[in-house]
Amino acid sequence: MSNILMGRALRYGDDINTDVIIPTKYSNTTDPKELGKYCLINLDPLFQERKQLGDILVVGKNFGCGSSREHAPLAIKGAGISCVIANSFARIFFRNAIDMGLPVIESPEIVEETTDLNDLEINFESFICRNVSTGKQYSIPQYPEVIQKIFLAGGLINYLTRSE
Amino acid sequence: MGKTMAEKIFQAHNGGKEVKTGEIVFANVDLVMGTDATVPLAIGEFEKIGKAVFDPAKVVLVQDHFVPARDTNTANLSNQMRQFARKHGITHHVEVGRGGICHHYVPDSGLCNPGDLIIGADSHTTTYGAFGALGTGVGSTDFAAAMATGRLWFKVPPAIKVVLTGKKKKYVQGKDIILKLISMIGVDGAAYKSLEFTGPSLKHLDMADRITICNMAVEAGAKAGIFEVDDVTADYFKKYHKKKDILRLKADADAEYVQEIPISISDLEPLVAEPYLPSKVKGVKELQEIAVDQVFIGSCTNGRMEDMRQAAKILSKRRVHPDVRLIVIPGTYAILEEMAEEGIMETFIAAGASVQSPTCGPCCGGHTGILGDDEVCLSTSNRNFVGRMGSPSSRVYLANPAVAAASAVAGKIIHPEDLCNE
Repeated sequence: MSNILMGRALRYGDDINTDVIIPTKYSNTTDPKELGKYCLINLDPLFQERKQLGDILVVGKNFGCGSSREHAPLAIKGAGISCVIANSFARIFFRNAIDMGLPVIESPEIVEETTDLNDLEINFESFICRNVSTGKQYSIPQYPEVIQKIFLAGGLINYLTRSE
Repeated sequence: MGKTMAEKIFQAHNGGKEVKTGEIVFANVDLVMGTDATVPLAIGEFEKIGKAVFDPAKVVLVQDHFVPARDTNTANLSNQMRQFARKHGITHHVEVGRGGICHHYVPDSGLCNPGDLIIGADSHTTTYGAFGALGTGVGSTDFAAAMATGRLWFKVPPAIKVVLTGKKKKYVQGKDIILKLISMIGVDGAAYKSLEFTGPSLKHLDMADRITICNMAVEAGAKAGIFEVDDVTADYFKKYHKKKDILRLKADADAEYVQEIPISISDLEPLVAEPYLPSKVKGVKELQEIAVDQVFIGSCTNGRMEDMRQAAKILSKRRVHPDVRLIVIPGTYAILEEMAEEGIMETFIAAGASVQSPTCGPCCGGHTGILGDDEVCLSTSNRNFVGRMGSPSSRVYLANPAVAAASAVAGKIIHPEDLCNE
């Protein structure tokens, strides 16, 4: 993962669950590209046409509630989304995202002040997020130490195979 | 300072070393559980670690989500899991026809004991709190890591104390208690926390009620839902597993909670959650007259023998409404056998229900009862999200098995007393 991400914000609402992120009927594969084709289909049927490689999901509270199936973060990655910024995440989704190296940021402030299609720049070295469209800068809350290590290793398996 | 149940369990699995709420610990797990929905994704990650399974007897793999296979892809995923189980000598690889839904199979096979720390690659692993264990859902990567090392990182959760008082009225079940709680705190009201259940009502709540309540703790975002261990728990372990000495897990009197929620269950009526969130709860009487196309009784939430008996009592000498399909799926094959022995199977068949093999079935839109466009389903399962059981324009209402059975007969959502007093 690159330490600096640039992408457009795609704004969506609260309580977006895993069944909406990737419905079970499409979860009969583990191929991220295939899963990515149906990402958010039950929320926004136009999502596939809207999204561009590197876009950033900016969403409300409790993102990823529901199932533990990792097809959800995998579908988001497979769709080419580079990061998810939310008011809050559901616990299992948060773990899964960190485990598979999908950057997730909890920041009600950024969510509140970001509008659809704003350009964002996220720096994971300085932990600064800049809204290029408004010029405003935000500090990104840092993860606790263990999570930080897993995240920087690029996921849990990389972390385990490197540290043991 | 006293300890909550979650703190006690994490401390015991952290080599007895003192733990504090909010602290991140690497804890040893007693059991690692996965299903055909999550294991296939974990296999590649597990192989990357390049280790053997930490203890083949402590890994449980249950074929329940997509079996019998619904298409070639899911058949291939299930086969991957079978081959993996054989290769690694997994003691508990549970086939369709022999096990059932993971969250009923695990405790009923004696694999879950009070005080245990169990991770499952399924969000409803919180169910094991009914038995005084801390069960928590994780994804495939965490599952793979725990399978290789027997350990995983956890944040010791702050706890919410739920104090239950009073006695349930007729037709009120565990489902109504948990729907009430979720409606009070919202779908993220217990996020990252443990919900710890105590109070004088516990003696009136059977294991089926507790399973339903802990199962749906995750619908309020909880990391775990745990019942304090009492005589009801002890009776279960004595009857089913011949165990006389179990850990009588309870929180200390001076344990610290972030919130205390009293619920008087005497005041509860049967409740229904409307689409599309389990927190959108109304009394069943407020939703009467909503016509249903399908009723589903089963799932890891309400697939117990007690649930089947409740439904059968109402269906006895009645017929399912001609415009309704009633799908009944017991939690395990042992429950299916018990249903046959008690004559409940005959009751369901005579009523015109479709009784299916113990699996997850339509709950997650897997198979056996997928909803078409604009269809309405009343379900005893745990989620009513958009498109959860099929078409994104379908609508799912959640209720207890008595309400579900009565509604299957009436062809619309109805309070069981309105049907039974006719």
